[in-house]
Amino acid sequence: MTETIVTPERPLVVEEGDVKPGFIGQSVPRKEDKRLVQGEGVFFDDMKRHEMGFVHFVRSPYAHARIGSVDVSKALELDGVYGTLTGDEVAILTDPFFELSTPPGAHIKDYALAVGRVRHVGDPVAAVVARTRELARDAAELVEVDYEPLPLVLDGEEALKDKVVLHEDAGSNTVWSGVFDWGDFDAALAEADHVVRIDRLHFDRFSSTPLECAGCLVEYNRGTGQWTIHGNHQMPGVGAIWMAPALRVGIDKLRFVSQDIGGGFGNKITLHPQFTVCCLLARKLNRPVQWTEWRTDQHTANTHGNERTFLDVTVPVKADGTMLGFSVRAIDDCGAFPRYEPLGCIIWAQVTPGCYRWRSMRVDFTQVCTNKSPVAPNRGYSRMQHLWLTERIVDIVAGELGLDPIEVRKRNYVKHEEFPYETPNGCIYDSGDYARCLDIALELIGYDSLEERRRDAEARGKLFGIGIGSTLDSGTNNFGQSMILNPELQFSGNNEVATVKLDIFGEVVVTLGTVPQGQGHETTTAQVVAEILGCTPDDVNVRAGHDSYWNSTAGFSGTYASQFAVTGLGAVKGATEKLAGEMKQLAAAVFGCSPDDIELAESHARIKGNPEAALPFMALGAILNANNAGLPPELDITLNVRHVYRPPFEKPDLERKYGNLTLTYATQIHACALEVDPDTGVYEIVDYAAVDDCGKRIHPQIVEGQVHGATAQALGAATHEIFTYDEEGNLLTPNFYDYHVPHALDMPPMKNGYIESESPFTALGAKGMGEGGGAGIHAVCAALQNALGRRGEGPIVWRSCNPYQSVWELMQNPGETRKLVSVESR
Amino acid sequence: MDPVSRKTITVDVNGEGFEREVDARRLLIHFIRDDLDLTGSHIGCDTGNCGACSVLVDGVLVKSCMMLAIQADGARIETVEGLAQDGELNALQQSFSDHHALQCGYCTPGMLMSATALLRQNGSPSDEEIRRGIQGNICRCTGYVNIVEAIRAASE
Ligand code: FES
Ligand code: FES
Repeated sequence: MTETIVTPERPLVVEEGDVKPGFIGQSVPRKEDKRLVQGEGVFFDDMKRHEMGFVHFVRSPYAHARIGSVDVSKALELDGVYGTLTGDEVAILTDPFFELSTPPGAHIKDYALAVGRVRHVGDPVAAVVARTRELARDAAELVEVDYEPLPLVLDGEEALKDKVVLHEDAGSNTVWSGVFDWGDFDAALAEADHVVRIDRLHFDRFSSTPLECAGCLVEYNRGTGQWTIHGNHQMPGVGAIWMAPALRVGIDKLRFVSQDIGGGFGNKITLHPQFTVCCLLARKLNRPVQWTEWRTDQHTANTHGNERTFLDVTVPVKADGTMLGFSVRAIDDCGAFPRYEPLGCIIWAQVTPGCYRWRSMRVDFTQVCTNKSPVAPNRGYSRMQHLWLTERIVDIVAGELGLDPIEVRKRNYVKHEEFPYETPNGCIYDSGDYARCLDIALELIGYDSLEERRRDAEARGKLFGIGIGSTLDSGTNNFGQSMILNPELQFSGNNEVATVKLDIFGEVVVTLGTVPQGQGHETTTAQVVAEILGCTPDDVNVRAGHDSYWNSTAGFSGTYASQFAVTGLGAVKGATEKLAGEMKQLAAAVFGCSPDDIELAESHARIKGNPEAALPFMALGAILNANNAGLPPELDITLNVRHVYRPPFEKPDLERKYGNLTLTYATQIHACALEVDPDTGVYEIVDYAAVDDCGKRIHPQIVEGQVHGATAQALGAATHEIFTYDEEGNLLTPNFYDYHVPHALDMPPMKNGYIESESPFTALGAKGMGEGGGAGIHAVCAALQNALGRRGEGPIVWRSCNPYQSVWELMQNPGETRKLVSVESR
Repeated sequence: MDPVSRKTITVDVNGEGFEREVDARRLLIHFIRDDLDLTGSHIGCDTGNCGACSVLVDGVLVKSCMMLAIQADGARIETVEGLAQDGELNALQQSFSDHHALQCGYCTPGMLMSATALLRQNGSPSDEEIRRGIQGNICRCTGYVNIVEAIRAASE
């Protein structure tokens, strides 16, 4: 194992182990950068088409209302307006999108525009297309909608009572519910020396809010009935599965194209309703239409991350601090429409015991609709909420029993020698060393001198706290977990595609099925290809972006769920190895030797030990593509190969809800030190360390960049970023003015470290790692808890987002939250 | 009398002159992106908070979504497209690439323009001054760590 520590003061020092020659593991210059730093990227909003129209959505000002009538006549009279679309038309022209859940959720009818009823502020009711963006907006204001307001429900627990029901067809706000029971929780309770109970914890709503809003430019080809969607959907394969049946067309009628995307973070996975509207408009008006979401619309009506309430958390603990598991009732609030969300009811189970050796877990999980914006996968999707729970459990238990949170973690962490480790629900943690990562984090943060710093802070009238956040970033998921949700669903396993060809002038050309949004896929792909073909990354031309009409997409193509290093590069490696084999066959045919005698090096195919006998790539490409007379007829090669990477998954045992749900588990251990002003609740993070273990790092700089970015998002979510609503269901933070994301001055100095525990299950030893930042939320909560009170005193940090005001409130009345926790000792 | 709703304006963008008739309510960013087809400058918000649209107008750093095109009549505008000379990245651009100061690249043009304005005023800014200089620019990908480093390195 190569172990390296990086800090800002000490850049990239390899302390032990060899650096392998080649490109994998090197921070080569990113191929994407040259165009992006010159403003020459192509984002969907940069594209123009002759006579295109601009789309503006008419949105509901009510959180819940019946739609009486929608009158577009005044809008249509405005000069420059090309046309409109209403919910009534959508109900005729399309079928509802399919639902993932079993009943009651299965009966929800979700259309691209509101039909008959609006269910959240911002729910789109109609769409207008006009010559300019400004005109479209003007015209949208002329659309007259008759609303009859209905009672609303904004709280998940309240919604479960079904006093107000959002979806009459479902008859209930409950989307899905199920009990997960692994190990023997009753026996664990009986065995415990202490039972710690936490009545309530709440993970707040926020979203990663990519800087580029959603949107698309859609063209319809009347002759072929085919739509080309230039848009920033980050999982177009699934988008097409949703859209094609709704539009009543074959899936190949939808061509998804993107080049550059300005961040995704999961928030661009459920764009199918808006894209469907644009498809209908392009067909109806017979002109290209363009929709760019407004920031306010992204915040009010696109997607949020899951909001989850944890009730009746019960934790059996042994006298020595060993925890045996937990039980909990979880209520997941998915907003007005579940869409992708039922999967969130299962996805947390990838990390059921968190980083811990807990063997008995009982989780009663219910997902429910409320009159708020729909939610969707958000970086750390569903696992982040659950891991926050496990970390809150550890810190609250430690606090109540007077144990050291560091020691308790180490006692309960899965141990290095136990990998691969099987969790009680059948997931296989592939590799890692959590305790070592924690030690590195503590070293980076200067744990030895913390007492001194605490005294120093206290002398300045500040409260000092330190907290740890441990997470797993489970990557490459087994879609078979969807069958635990709904056995009727025909999804399992996973796949990704790459094609690699040697073109006529010897150019190596790669296409990917993935949909990059800043992760540097062109670069890491070129590294892998160059290493196998014996050329340089500069010689490898990776086509930018995604096009579902390339022959490089499969059912699960996309960029999501921490998997490119495994599935994407697995496909690249497979395809390149096939191509290398064919290039050797061709060279062998030319030289009249065996392919085994050929090696690929320095952009040549040459006879081993005889560098004089060498064909440049250009010759190989030209011979097969344009000068092939006389080649042996049995030479069956194309120099244009495709490989589908398929991870080794089984279908889970649905009865026991048991099976391996993800292939890799990257680790993030974060440590946070902060100081709180006891008079105001204002706090400042004074020291921060993030340690990452994602196995083999293909491109260390890109990995570090992901760690920085994910951490920043987590710190934002821990301190300021929260979607709150007034009692009428209006979002109070609908833009970057009210919704404060970290700016440069908000970011604490960050120290980074890493180890590399290579995955035994992946082609390159790498693991997906883009979503691990949640550790920052856990670490800040833990540090606040630590700062605000010692054993048995002080408030309980029970929410994931703790703005200064909330911290002040916590301090005003510690008894209020202390009531949430009790300990039964035997 | 009807209010003037359209006006012909003349601007110099990155050394090239343009004359266009525009709606009086046209935002400068939409003028630059949609009318002049210089799509390097981006749009990330509706409230003037994100800085993706940052350009220099007569040498002053401006969020071009907060200004009307007609207010720029007669002005000299610099955008990200003007930074590289003859296809050669300038020192700041190169430094952004070297230090991995961009991921999706959406904030990058605005960041570069803010950093350009900063470095013109202050050739050797401290980290704090750099952070202040890009305080009006939101990046959702990088956590600013490498952006600050890139600007510092370019200033050395
Ligand atoms: S688009 Fe101008 S500040 Fe956001
Ligand atoms: S690089 Fe994506 S927003 Fe800054």
